Amino acid sequence: MINTISLYILPLMILFILTFALAKKVPVYEEFIEGAKDGFKVSISIIPYLVAIIVAVSMFRASGALDIFKHFANTIIPPDIIPLIFTRPLSGSAALGLFSDIVKEFGPDSYIVKLAAIMVGSSETTFYVLAVYFGSIGIKKYRYALLTGIIADIINIGLAIWVARLFFLASIS
Amino acid sequence: MNYIFFILISVSIVAGIYNHTLDKVVKSMLEACNTSVEIALSLIGIMAFWLGVMRIAEKCGLVQIISKFLYPITKFLFKDVKKDSPAIGDITMSVTANALGLTNAATPIGLKVMKELQEDNPDKTTATDAMCMFLGMNTAGFQIIPATVIAILVGFGAKNPTEIILPTFIVTSLSFVSAIITSLILQKLWRKYD
Repeated sequence: MINTISLYILPLMILFILTFALAKKVPVYEEFIEGAKDGFKVSISIIPYLVAIIVAVSMFRASGALDIFKHFANTIIPPDIIPLIFTRPLSGSAALGLFSDIVKEFGPDSYIVKLAAIMVGSSETTFYVLAVYFGSIGIKKYRYALLTGIIADIINIGLAIWVARLFFLASIS
Repeated sequence: MNYIFFILISVSIVAGIYNHTLDKVVKSMLEACNTSVEIALSLIGIMAFWLGVMRIAEKCGLVQIISKFLYPITKFLFKDVKKDSPAIGDITMSVTANALGLTNAATPIGLKVMKELQEDNPDKTTATDAMCMFLGMNTAGFQIIPATVIAILVGFGAKNPTEIILPTFIVTSLSFVSAIITSLILQKLWRKYD
């Protein structure tokens, strides 16, 4: 059901906007071009910020530094989840890569995979979003935006562990 | 951000030496430069398309209608945004696009919101409360269906891949609310440091 909605929402939204605009006698073609002109400028302007964050994160992943964090694992947080926790706020594709690794290693129906799935599905790439969004308009002082993101991510991890235990651990133990 | 950048790169190099992975670190450093530009280039087309569509939505008054409808909520969350600012309508669109997992639409609209918020910003290099709130909502990553995660589970032959939808939805909703609350609290506390 929801998948169908996801498929329909985009084209229907475009159809609705165009119909509504034409009914209001808006020159849709000219206005589209006018808006689209900014696409190039905005995309190019975020390149420095993309390079900074993507290079730093890629180096960090390749160095194997994340394995050090495995030592912090305990009974509540499985060790193989730890790298995922630190990767998720940095890079979406890297987190999906790690998630695939976990699924491959533990099988798609294990508890650790369900916990990882909830973590990946319920959070965003905090540092990436901050760097690119603030970078696009030249903001240098983030004030409390970074702290908000980090606190929200910590709450998110706690919630994910709690809900995963609630839903999936009872049936195993 | 200065510390995060420094820590990520310096730890990578030190860990690279310690783990004997320095060759991989250097290789990924060079590859990542190309990846970044590829991402930006692949964004140009979809960015132009959505900015075009959003411009039509704005010119025909649709964004303004949504803004007016949601004004009571946004006034509470975004105190420093003017009533007639197109940002309010675009914030709604951005949250909707994110919630539906329409990443391709979410980024262009999100960047547009930042530009609109920047217009009312007296200090162009410092973030406003509205920007912090918007990014707080964004980095919380509210999403109704984690489509990519389910796709991976299906790919690996999970028995019941959709069973994670409900728990994920609970977690993502609570995280979203806690991000908004955190942002509201920090907004008050931060006044002392400014």
